[in-house]
Amino acid sequence: MSAVAANADSASTAGQPVLAVRGASKRFGSVLALDDVSIEVRRGEIVGLLGDNGAGKSTLTKCISGVHQLDAGAILLDGAPTQIRSPADARFAGIETVYQDLALFDNLTPGQNFFAGRELAGPQWLPRGLRFLQQRRMDAETRILLANLKVTLPRLDAVVAMMSGGQRQAIAVARSTVFARKVVILDEPTAALGLRESRQVLNLVAALRDQGNAVILITHNMEHVVELADRAVVLRQGRKVGELVPTKDNKQELVSMIVGA
Amino acid sequence: MSDTGNTGTSVGEGALAASRKREAVPGLALGLALLSAGPVVILVLLIVVLSFLSPYFLTGRNLSNILAQTAVISVVAMGQHLVILTRGIDLSVGSNVALASVVGALSFHAGAPAAVVIVVMVGCGAAVGAINGLFYVFGRLPHPFIITLATLSIAKGLALQLADGRAIPGMPDSIDALGREAVWGLPGSVFVVAGVAAVLFVMAKTMVWGRWIYAVGGRPDAALRMGIPVSWVLVSVYVISGVCAGIGAVILAGRTDAGSPLFGNLLELDTIAAVIIGGASFLGGRGHLGHALIGAIMIGVIRNALNLLNVNVFFQLIVIGVVIVIAVESDVLRNYLEGRVRVMQAGRQS
Repeated sequence: MSAVAANADSASTAGQPVLAVRGASKRFGSVLALDDVSIEVRRGEIVGLLGDNGAGKSTLTKCISGVHQLDAGAILLDGAPTQIRSPADARFAGIETVYQDLALFDNLTPGQNFFAGRELAGPQWLPRGLRFLQQRRMDAETRILLANLKVTLPRLDAVVAMMSGGQRQAIAVARSTVFARKVVILDEPTAALGLRESRQVLNLVAALRDQGNAVILITHNMEHVVELADRAVVLRQGRKVGELVPTKDNKQELVSMIVGA
Repeated sequence: MSDTGNTGTSVGEGALAASRKREAVPGLALGLALLSAGPVVILVLLIVVLSFLSPYFLTGRNLSNILAQTAVISVVAMGQHLVILTRGIDLSVGSNVALASVVGALSFHAGAPAAVVIVVMVGCGAAVGAINGLFYVFGRLPHPFIITLATLSIAKGLALQLADGRAIPGMPDSIDALGREAVWGLPGSVFVVAGVAAVLFVMAKTMVWGRWIYAVGGRPDAALRMGIPVSWVLVSVYVISGVCAGIGAVILAGRTDAGSPLFGNLLELDTIAAVIIGGASFLGGRGHLGHALIGAIMIGVIRNALNLLNVNVFFQLIVIGVVIVIAVESDVLRNYLEGRVRVMQAGRQS
């Protein structure tokens, strides 16, 4: 379903950034977490968002995904200023987030996790909560989705609590592909994973881009940035301190931007 | 979580291989399966042992009696179960039953027909439930313990005040019928329990609302981030718990032909015990209606058996307390075993 949506939109927005953040500022008490930060992401592009701990990466992405609200600045989707007041708003606008803590429901199955909050159900004239679940449709779509992404899980009817870290990470990333129509934000998706599991997740990130999504990838891993990101944006102490196309040769330059040396 | 070697549900070849690998942990899987079936197994064992110990236990009359005596706990425990699924607790259900029965009795004496009396009782229960839910969610209270403790006290005081501290005899005949034998030697109340169970089962299993309850109980913060209307889901479970208390009041009023401010004494503890003994997790997000029903029946069976065996009434309390500890410990053990399964899966991957 996301592929269809991507095609419909891509004609009109070839060069225009699908997501633009302009002059974003956010203050927590006396701490200025974000200070006049602007970034842009286009369709089919992966932007690496880099920075040391406390640089403002998570704050910026939480503002985009509706967890926090900006104190000043604007978020533009396809060029139009958009108010994002809640995570539900963000999801409705086509922005998916893979949180660092995964936000998975341990007591639900992978399929139930995929459709949490957006269950396929009917009839449409009933209020959302009172609709009847279309379990078979959701199961079928789950199977297709996992096959497309080449994710293999031991069982689809077992709860997520029983699955390994890599499998859980794959489920969380795969969930974002179900409904992503414009932007996907991944907050350190490989932080706790081994080599092979990381590889699987990176392939998923590439798949998200290939679907036509604009991808924001937060990571500390320079190898991953060089391999996947089309551009890298560096934050330090709430400010944007640099932006460049990451290659094997300027890795050192990136690192010095991050640490400010 | 039942059996492991099952490949019927797998996807693709990779999954086939993976499920074959899973058989490497049969001990863990068996342990988990036993734990999830535990309450049913214990109930069956209890019934078998008791039918040897007492010649009266396995008679139709006695079984019908047990079901009649556990009807109120069963209905209210089903509501309590939904609340516990969302990591909450409803302490007000006992007082709610008392208040609903008193208000019902007063409305009957004011000349209301039976149907109206029933609506008044259920509505009274729902109103108390709504107050619980709304204050908990929109009053930003840290835990439902507090507001339901408050309404426990308020509803009880209101019931005593309204009834002047005494039972109010007299209920419409059609409500009294719930306490009489209806079909197959079973009292009408048993069919009310079955009806409530059927409706709640359909709601919890087939409706989006039911899925949301499990999501909210599993992880409230994630539910919020996934766009689930967490506030309204929470309010709804307290309202349903209140409705169940109202229905419990109708059953109790029917059995005693009265409304009384002393009804439902300690019912909150019985229903919480039933949910936990039945095998639902106190940590939220786990369990189903069957757990609440099995737990309620188990409490009924234990009380009935100890009566038949002429065991001291005080001893019943001790036995039920011990059973609660066993139930909670097996929940802890289940979580531990699941963690082990997860670790082994991770180990196999890398």
